[in-house]
Amino acid sequence: MRTIYLITAFVAVLTVSLLGLRGRRFVQPPVDVFPEWAFPGMKYQPKLTQQTASPFFADGRSDRAPPPGTVPASYGPAGQALRNDGFLYAGKAPDGSWARGFPRALKVDMALLERGRDRFTIYCAPCHGALGDGNGVMRAYGMGATASYHDERLRKMAEGEIFNTITSGKGQMNPYGDKLAPADRWAVVAYVRALQRARTGVVGDVPDHHKGELEVQ
Amino acid sequence: MPALFQKSANRLPLQLILYLCVVACVATAGVTYYMTPKYTRVGYAPIQPVPYSHAKHVGELGLDCRYCHSTIDTAGAAVPTAQTCMNCHSQIRTASPALASVRASFETGRPIPWVHVHVMPSFVYFDHSVHVNRGVGCVECHGKVNEMDVVTQRKPMSMGFCLDCHRAPAERMRERKDVFNLDSPTIAEAKGILVAREFIREWKISPPQSCSGCHR
Repeated sequence: MRTIYLITAFVAVLTVSLLGLRGRRFVQPPVDVFPEWAFPGMKYQPKLTQQTASPFFADGRSDRAPPPGTVPASYGPAGQALRNDGFLYAGKAPDGSWARGFPRALKVDMALLERGRDRFTIYCAPCHGALGDGNGVMRAYGMGATASYHDERLRKMAEGEIFNTITSGKGQMNPYGDKLAPADRWAVVAYVRALQRARTGVVGDVPDHHKGELEVQ
Repeated sequence: MPALFQKSANRLPLQLILYLCVVACVATAGVTYYMTPKYTRVGYAPIQPVPYSHAKHVGELGLDCRYCHSTIDTAGAAVPTAQTCMNCHSQIRTASPALASVRASFETGRPIPWVHVHVMPSFVYFDHSVHVNRGVGCVECHGKVNEMDVVTQRKPMSMGFCLDCHRAPAERMRERKDVFNLDSPTIAEAKGILVAREFIREWKISPPQSCSGCHR
């Protein structure tokens, strides 16, 4: 009997030493405790989900690009069915020049500016810096000269052109149209304008009830 | 003629039952410990085609999760496009061999075969946007990715794991501004459980516990 207990203990110790403890790091795909061949179920369905591989298509991916000319059924802040608002979606005035001001479909208010700050901090600040002066964290890692928003050229640039720069990129900057929906791009434009305005602010711009917070009067 | 069974054989049935009890206990302990995702999945750190380090990009540079995972609060989880990498790497480390497949993907449009780490069964319908938009921080399920050189699964992601939070959401909610900050405390940790319960009431958070909440 004693031998049997010893063997059992040996098997238990062997199992623990072979399998290890919880939380160890491993690179092989996790073992399935209830494998499909023994317990057929619906755990791994042959359906295609986002960003999965599919040998069916020539490029090997399940995500399909929309055919050229396709328009989302509902899009934009005002739910426009078609992107027929050139100002809102391309930053262009009816005569084809860069539009100034903001599209009528958007209300430029604090909520839009807050949204702009939020998006700016995520997507723009790494290179352009939190103040828009081109001193983002990437500069220390070798990012080339990033434009400062406080240059005369950019201060005078039409809102529509800034919008277009975000949408399509410019020079070394890649497009961000895939990351920012049109309304978000306008929110960022509004926030950029706020940053530019703040740079030239004087004491007289500060509302009276905030004057006490200034260190220099 | 000697006795067919020795006297000690009288104890044999009892000893056998005792032994079977011991074996049952050991087996139960083994199954409980080893046959759950806490053992089979936690710690999974596959070798990725590009040795991307979240510790470098998030921990050191301070990039927001959403810079790359930009659809997380609208359309769900997505691995970034090669263009996202090239936003910076068109100028930084342009000759690095580690980035060769990123450059190739950017030029050809063929995706990089990233290895899926946190895999859900096909019958689980999990939506990231509803979680991150209502106060469940990334860190709750993914751990401190900002400290990982290689993405490693830290939580079991089992049904029990989901239900723990769905049954008691107050303990794990974060302020909205902290959702993407992996080092932030939960509301309960920062301000106490009562404030967290108030948050649950105010935001009308009622995570489903029915089957059809997550399974279709």
